[in-house]
Amino acid sequence: MPRLPTPLTLPAGAPTDAELRRARRRRRRSESTAAWAFVMPSVLVILGLSVLPVIWSLLLSFQADDLVTPSRWVGLQNYHALSQDPNFRQAVRNTLIYTALYVPLSMALGLVLALALNRRIRLVGLYRTLIFVPFVISATAQGVLFSFILDPEFGAANSVLHALHIPAQGFLTDPGQALYVLVAISLWSGTGFCLVVYLAALQDVPPELLEAGRLDGAGRRHLLRHVVLPTLTPVNVFLLVWQVIESLQVFDLVYVTTKGGPLGSTTVIVYFIWEMAFQNFTAGYGAAAAYVLAVALLVLAAGTRLLRRRGTDRLEGATR
Amino acid sequence: MTATSAPARAVPDSDTPSAAPAGGRARRLLPFSAWHLALAPLALLFAIPLVWLLLSSVMSDAEINRFPPALWPSHIDLSGYRYVLGNAMFPRWFANSLIVSVSAVASNLVFGALGGYAFARMRFAGSRILLVTMLATMAIPFQLTMIPTFLVMKRLGLIDSLGALIVPSLVTPFAVFLLRQFFLSLPRELEEAAWIDGCSRLRVLWSVVLPLSRPALSTVAVLTFLSTWNDLTWPLIAINHDVHYTLQLGLTTFQGQHHTKWSAVMAGNVVTVLPVLLAFLGAQKSFIQSITSSGLKG
Repeated sequence: MPRLPTPLTLPAGAPTDAELRRARRRRRRSESTAAWAFVMPSVLVILGLSVLPVIWSLLLSFQADDLVTPSRWVGLQNYHALSQDPNFRQAVRNTLIYTALYVPLSMALGLVLALALNRRIRLVGLYRTLIFVPFVISATAQGVLFSFILDPEFGAANSVLHALHIPAQGFLTDPGQALYVLVAISLWSGTGFCLVVYLAALQDVPPELLEAGRLDGAGRRHLLRHVVLPTLTPVNVFLLVWQVIESLQVFDLVYVTTKGGPLGSTTVIVYFIWEMAFQNFTAGYGAAAAYVLAVALLVLAAGTRLLRRRGTDRLEGATR
Repeated sequence: MTATSAPARAVPDSDTPSAAPAGGRARRLLPFSAWHLALAPLALLFAIPLVWLLLSSVMSDAEINRFPPALWPSHIDLSGYRYVLGNAMFPRWFANSLIVSVSAVASNLVFGALGGYAFARMRFAGSRILLVTMLATMAIPFQLTMIPTFLVMKRLGLIDSLGALIVPSLVTPFAVFLLRQFFLSLPRELEEAAWIDGCSRLRVLWSVVLPLSRPALSTVAVLTFLSTWNDLTWPLIAINHDVHYTLQLGLTTFQGQHHTKWSAVMAGNVVTVLPVLLAFLGAQKSFIQSITSSGLKG
């Protein structure tokens, strides 16, 4: 807001320049005070529990700290140890496998379902609800439910396999399967999110574009390829980033179902961080691992920023 | 915004087959759309685990532990629920979850609206830098701050109490920012009229701005409730004593201790998901709108 220029001439009896300026300053000061009062709670909580901890984490990562006794300064030793730690390497690998499977699958499935549901047939609302509902269920409840369904001895899954004459599976107790089973559970709950986001975007494909395409004699497949899919580009970028960030941070489901086992086959990065900080009482080491994760996420976010800038214009109306 | 009532546009909630379905000529000849053949089994696949959750919670343990387990309860057996609700802890955990979630929703609405309004409509020293800082903190993953947050809470003497769960979720930068964006989109004239009538800022916010901001407020409420009710990570770190457990934390430990009493574990699971499920089914539209709108704002 530019400051208003003060009038040069004043009718007699009006307040002088200096008085006006003083009044304006007073008004602004009172506004500033009020505004500060308004933002104070947010500032306190957000600075106190975000900005301060970020700096603290960095300091911690250069220290050996057990959360109880005074800490020792160890410089870059934590980071060096991390780079040598086979368990951390396994956690990174598991996380990347999980991400590489879950993200494209959830997006592809969500898109196919959205295209199928984006038409006027009966029960569309019901289908959408059934597919989306798992998304609102907590990872804890999902984990408990699937531990039960996939219980190797009592689980419903193995009895279904038994009826189909397929040998019983170990599921979450089998080191070769557990991570893929976790991906499947995440797909069950995460696909609905991609579906509703894609559906919302499809609602925003300008009908006149489709109409124009139809008049030009474009077939359904053509319309899809050259009209519908290009308008989904910003949504694709958003979902890609969102889902990758979500899956790099997966923790609750792992904690509830496998505790990182069997044989470390489902230890993911955040589980590793939690274990180091709150189970082994090596907070400095955990903080170093957390910094590695955070930097990776930051690079990812910055990278997509650049992509977005180069990419197409934002979809109009996509924000509804 | 695109045209609001374009005939070619599919309305997901509409149950009426349109006269001209998007790209289907022969399809009208079938008694039902061929799409159902593909969609119905898929939708069922998504529904089955939840159906099984409900069914197994009203089965007897004898039926569950048979091999193969019964696929349908022979009678409604509520012993699982009796066990869970008779277990003094479960109701307590439920109350804890409710206290934490409701206070998070209320305080995010209040502080988010105050902060958002100040950033949207008031000029004050340092507002830009504060806003940029807040935006930047949205990009900080929780894992980076959880260890020091634990230490901060410990210094404040809040660890192992509900306070440790309430304080970090008092207000999120997301709430402040989302409300600020919405307030900016409102026409200024309305507020200026109230200004001229000599209303205070709080008064303007309360009686002019907030009534117009229902969609944004409900988005904040829905997403705050969902994330606090469903969270496990932070309670796991901050709470040791089972008196202060939330439902999620309680359910996890309960499963660890009673993994042979599956009917009780599943009954507890139903109790854990029911509030969110009911909230969702009751306000499905606003739920889905919240999740997509907040998402697509990027």
